[in-house]
Order: sequence, then C-alpha cells, then structure tokens
Amino acid sequence: MQNFASEFNIALSLIFRGDAELWAIVLLSLRVSIFAVLISALIGMPVGAALAVARFPGRRVVIILMNALMGLPPVVVGLLVYLMLSRSGPLGVLELLYTPTAMIIAQVVLVTPIIAALTRQVVETLAEEYSEQLRSLGVSRLASVPVLLWDARLALVTALLAGFGRAIAEVGAVIIVGGNINHVTRVMTTTIALETSKGNLALALALGAILVGIAVAVNALVSALTLRAEREGLRHA
Amino acid sequence: MRDVISGVPGVLEAHNLRIARNGKAILEVPYLCLNGPGPTLILGPNGAGKSLLLRCLHGLISPDQGEVCQDGQPLSTGHKARQAMVFQSPVLLRRSVAANLDFVLRRQSIPRAQRKWRIAELLAEGGLEGKARQAARSLSGGEAQRLAILRALALDPGTLFLDEPTSALDPSATQKIEQMVLRASERGVRIVMVTHDIGQARRLAADIVMMQTGHVVEHGLARQVLDAPQSADSRRYLAGGLVT
Repeated sequence: MQNFASEFNIALSLIFRGDAELWAIVLLSLRVSIFAVLISALIGMPVGAALAVARFPGRRVVIILMNALMGLPPVVVGLLVYLMLSRSGPLGVLELLYTPTAMIIAQVVLVTPIIAALTRQVVETLAEEYSEQLRSLGVSRLASVPVLLWDARLALVTALLAGFGRAIAEVGAVIIVGGNINHVTRVMTTTIALETSKGNLALALALGAILVGIAVAVNALVSALTLRAEREGLRHA
Repeated sequence: MRDVISGVPGVLEAHNLRIARNGKAILEVPYLCLNGPGPTLILGPNGAGKSLLLRCLHGLISPDQGEVCQDGQPLSTGHKARQAMVFQSPVLLRRSVAANLDFVLRRQSIPRAQRKWRIAELLAEGGLEGKARQAARSLSGGEAQRLAILRALALDPGTLFLDEPTSALDPSATQKIEQMVLRASERGVRIVMVTHDIGQARRLAADIVMMQTGHVVEHGLARQVLDAPQSADSRRYLAGGLVT
C-alpha cells in the first residue's frame, strides 16, 4: 500500500513538474486523436447527413451496417490497417507503418462510423422537423444537407467529442500499427500498458490521471454545450 | 383590379383534386378557383381537409388525381418560387432572428448590403426591432409566428399560404398577426389562410371556402357565406353546432 502511495506521489510530481517525456506522450496522443477526429468529421458528417435525407433502396441496410461498424473491435481494425500498410500490403509503398500517420488512419477507421451514425440520427430528427418548411422555401434535399448540419451543430459537437473519447482511449489498434516506439509512436494508452507490465507504475499512473482528466474535461464540455443549447433554444427536441 | 379575372397573375385553380388513404377519399375537390382580390379563408372543423387542400395548392403534397394550376398553368417550380407558406407551429432555424431572414434573402442572391437593409425593414414590419441577434427559438409564440411570416414575406411572394397561424396564440398576439396579414394583402399578396375561428374569418376574409369531410361545401364572398350560408353543414358550423 505504501508502495502505491509513493508511486502516486511520484506520478503527481511527474505531472506537475512538467516531465518532458510524459508531456511529449500526452501531446502526441492529443495530436493523433485530434487529427483523426477532424478527418473522421470531414468524412462522417456529410455521409451521415446525406444518409439522413436521401431515400434509396437498401438505405435501411446501409444504416444497420453503419451502426454495426460503431462497435468495430479495435484490434481487428489494427490488424486490417496493419495488413494494408505492411511492406507486402497494397499501401506498403507509402511506408506508413509504425508512424503516427498509421495511428491516425486506424483511429479514423474506428471513429468515422461513430460520427457518421450519430450525425445520421441527429440530422434525421431535425430533417423531419424542417422537411416541409425547407421544401416550402424551395430548398432541395441535397441543398438541405448543409442547412441541417449547421443547425444541428451543437448536437454534432457532442458526436465529435464522443468520437474523440473513443480515439484517445483506444489502445488495441494503435499498438498494432504504431508499434509503441519510444519518442515516435508511444501514446498515453500504449505507454500505460507497457509501463504497467514493466512495473513502472508512476508513469502509468500519471498518464492514467491525465487520461481520466481529459475524459472528465470532454464530458464537462458536452454538458456545458448542452446547457448553452437549452438556454438559447438551439437544441433540437 | 388585380387578380379578379381568371387568367390574370396569381389566380389559383384546383381541378378534380383527389387524395385517398386506405381506399377512402380524404380530399375531393372537383373545381375551386381562388381569384378574389382579398384574403381567402378556408374555414371548417378539424379533419375537414383544410390543411391538406392548402398543402396541395402550395405543391407540398401531390394529389392522387387532378392538378393545381396558377395563372392557368400547372403548378411549376417557377410558380412555387413565388409562393410561401407559414405553418401552424412556426419552424424556425436554430439561428438568430436576423439569420432566419438572411437565410431566405441569401437564397435569392441579394447583395449583403441590401440584405441588411431588407432585414431591418422586415423586423420593423413585424415589430421585432431589437431582437435581431436573439436566438429565434427563444422568442415567444407570437413573436416566433411573426418571424415565420416575415421570413415568408422575405421571399417577396405573390401568394402566401397560412395554416392556422394563430391557433395557439392569445388575442393580442393574434391581432398583430392579423394586421400583418392584412397589410400583406393590401400590398397585393394573395392570401390563402386556414382557420377554424369564425371571428377571424369575419375580420379578415374577402371570400371564404367552407370545407367539410374533405369536400368544399361552399365558396363565396365572406359576407354571403357567413350571413346567409347555403349549405346545411355551413349553417350548422357557423351556428356553433357539432359538425361530424
């Protein structure tokens, strides 16, 4: 018990005295996950919104598939991205394996279905409400997509934060495609896994505390946005 | 006088309209011509088909049979661009009051400076000066409906459809809406408005379309329909009796 207490004290000191190695890992984690979420948003939001307003045969099947992809096992995604990027894979020539870019790709594959599916749900509810009014104003289905995305912006920020939560906390995919290389591809989750197995609990605890802090901050931001939306009447019913 | 003779701009005609659900006709209108100079009010009990007829005339619903014509031609995209509609519950964009108006003006490719001036003019028309930057969804019921009417007027429509715009409003808010509707009518906008408020029909209507169970039971000048109704259904409805 005393050991844990002393490890915890060291962890706090690592955080507050600004340990360079620790903060480099934190910054790399944030960089990878933020990039991944932004790319996922650029793909997932238009796809989700288009799926919300489009009507075509098989649409229901596409929605079921997209919802199912939200639960993709990270290790399977890691394996597939590894196969694509490995030297003998179709994208091996790009030499991206064991780089932060490979980790971003893996996280994009994991996060895009989440953002697309949540966007589809949010936009579909809003589209039902706006449908007659927009048609009356002469706005076509296609032209309604940016209108709906903009008006659902606060709910969509929540979708982005949900995607970010998934990306930053993910370990299985990034450890396969990143390789957990010190100073290159070592992020918070992979470092926690490695350092715990090595018995270096202080660094693992420090990173764990920061990860929990980020999760709390993300949730606080979601709550603040929801409150603001309710106060300003911007939240959809 | 504009819009009095069939064939001049703005005349709306419905030919053999029929809409059925589960094999049962819920709207059947062999012929209807709206060519009067003042507001037309569509009056009738709940479920009479008033809103359905309004949506058909605006092209939001395609009838199973028949067609709607404006200016003697089948309703086209060009016609629809010169129509606007205000719904029973105002559907406002989750933006500021001014941005709701700007949305419509931008779609007409109006230059920014002109849009700013037009928004100020519209806000003054609806008594919403000082609320330009307020979130539209935080307006009161009456203010929200006034904004919905202003947004419709921002389209500079030749025809304005209103579907029971005052059904959820108090007398003071209703009066403001009615004044806006009358001013629009005086400016030459054809008004077609659904209501089940007989008093409102008396205050606003130049002509009245009386509906019952999906049929037009009477169409004539307001005074004639209200004071000397020809059909038994109209008489019963206007007398305040239960019409089923």
